[in-house]
Amino acid sequence: MSSESENEVDVKEEKPILEDYNELIRKANKIPVKHKRREEIRKAIRQKKKLKKKDRDSRRKEAEALGEDAPPKQVPHTLESLREKDETMVNHEGSDSEVEEDIKIDEFESYFNQSYVPKVVITSSANPCLKTRLFLKELCQVIPNSTAFHRRQSAVKKMISSSIERGFTDVIVINEHNKEPCSMLVTHLPTGPTAFFRLSNVKLTKHIKRDWREITSHRPEVILNNFNTRLGVTIGRMLGVLFHYDPQFKGRRVATFHNQRDYIFFRHHRLVFLLM
Amino acid sequence: MQNDDVIWGIINKSFCSFKVNTKTHKFCRNEFNLTGLCSRVSCPLANSQYATIREENGVCFLYMKTIERAAFPSKLWEKVQLSRNFEKAVAQINENLVFWPNYIRQKCKQRLVKITQYLIRMRKLRLKNTKKLVPLQRKIERRERRREQKALIAARIDNAIEEQLLDRLKQGVYGDIYNFPKLAFDKALHDEEEDTDDEEIEDEKEEDIDAEVEEELEKDLEEEEELERVFVAADDFAESDVSDMEDMAEEDIEESDEEEVDKPGTSRILNKATRSRGTVEIEYEMETEPEPRVKA
Repeated sequence: MSSESENEVDVKEEKPILEDYNELIRKANKIPVKHKRREEIRKAIRQKKKLKKKDRDSRRKEAEALGEDAPPKQVPHTLESLREKDETMVNHEGSDSEVEEDIKIDEFESYFNQSYVPKVVITSSANPCLKTRLFLKELCQVIPNSTAFHRRQSAVKKMISSSIERGFTDVIVINEHNKEPCSMLVTHLPTGPTAFFRLSNVKLTKHIKRDWREITSHRPEVILNNFNTRLGVTIGRMLGVLFHYDPQFKGRRVATFHNQRDYIFFRHHRLVFLLM
Repeated sequence: MQNDDVIWGIINKSFCSFKVNTKTHKFCRNEFNLTGLCSRVSCPLANSQYATIREENGVCFLYMKTIERAAFPSKLWEKVQLSRNFEKAVAQINENLVFWPNYIRQKCKQRLVKITQYLIRMRKLRLKNTKKLVPLQRKIERRERRREQKALIAARIDNAIEEQLLDRLKQGVYGDIYNFPKLAFDKALHDEEEDTDDEEIEDEKEEDIDAEVEEELEKDLEEEEELERVFVAADDFAESDVSDMEDMAEEDIEESDEEEVDKPGTSRILNKATRSRGTVEIEYEMETEPEPRVKA
């Protein structure tokens, strides 16, 4: 009998845990009366937040008290941390001999041998709209040694053969949809690979409240982030090949292609290093 | 027995399922109709002797219907393939419909002309580059848009770019362009390295020593902060921290007047630490005469 009473006392002193608060929320969700339901839900969520905050504070205090022996900080799961490692991941740090061998033989090898200067022609579909025309102009500013060219009705194949004759090394064709640039076809000319990208969130300099004339003609640096699989390496190189292999650091321009979850984000910056 | 007049009487007066009435015309939707209009002479149901031209996959056929076969609906229409050559096709029509009423013969030839013309036009169009219409799938579009937003948040692009650039600076890719005073530069780098060491969890005894050293360094370097890239708008640059920039090359100060970093969205982010010490801010007020109002 006495042991039972002890157990009862223990149960009463037990602190409420996260599960109990989740239960409260679940119960609150089931109340049929709308105004009551909303109130109950709000209350339950508030209590849950309080509990979480208390938890967090106590954990922090413990970590501080223990100093070096503290348990490792809990890091939330993200897609990046939980992703299954792809077989074709490339180890950038170490030397992946197979990858290196392939890179030496692929279509961009002449670029990396610095044997030619890339010359890019940028076109659009038949009658480009204003936004597309402005985008073409700005792309010309960003990519050094490039020309924008309006093709009236000529076919893409015809245009490509004529640009090979004129000595261009890359072609970019921008298509549009709903009066906005919506997709981009990048071809490396002498029989190189072609890639088709869909564009979204195209922001011109005027949308960032800047002037396109501020983009000087210095050759920019190129940053390619997160191109980690074999396919990624190929695409990264394809994008990098559009720019000159010898950047002018004096110009302090940098063009970045950042790959995150298979979306490639492009940014163009002018930078300053400040020692504070 | 086929009695054309009776049939026409019924179709015309009461109901024909192929008839379409519009404001100006009566059309016949029957596939064997020669002209497409609903009239006594061109109704395929009300004429036991009738002929049409129809086209299948670019090949023209002459269809003929006679009274003799009126009792056999499946064998009613006789199908003759016409030659691809227009002249020869016309000759074939003449030969097949030699004793037929003039009206039908004429209308057949006219129909053949129209059909060949539109076939030519189709062939020409196919050679031109027409735009291919690709249907968008709404669910997929919505999903991809949302995923892109999340990827953007997860990417933290500016941090990644900063890290990359600082790495390159440390490796010395830039050479001698940036003239930082060597001592301060080295101290700042050293500081950053120790920070990153501290974050890693190592099971080494030297850990404690490093921590102590770091604390001391931190006290010394209270005033000098880490080497980092700060987004500063042109105005602010002129006001604050000019004294800190004494050692920097002149060119950096000149270049600060230009518009600096295009970061989408926010135009300037000032590190709180830049205004840590008591900086004296000088505000200049210029009095300008109000411009005389010019009436348009």
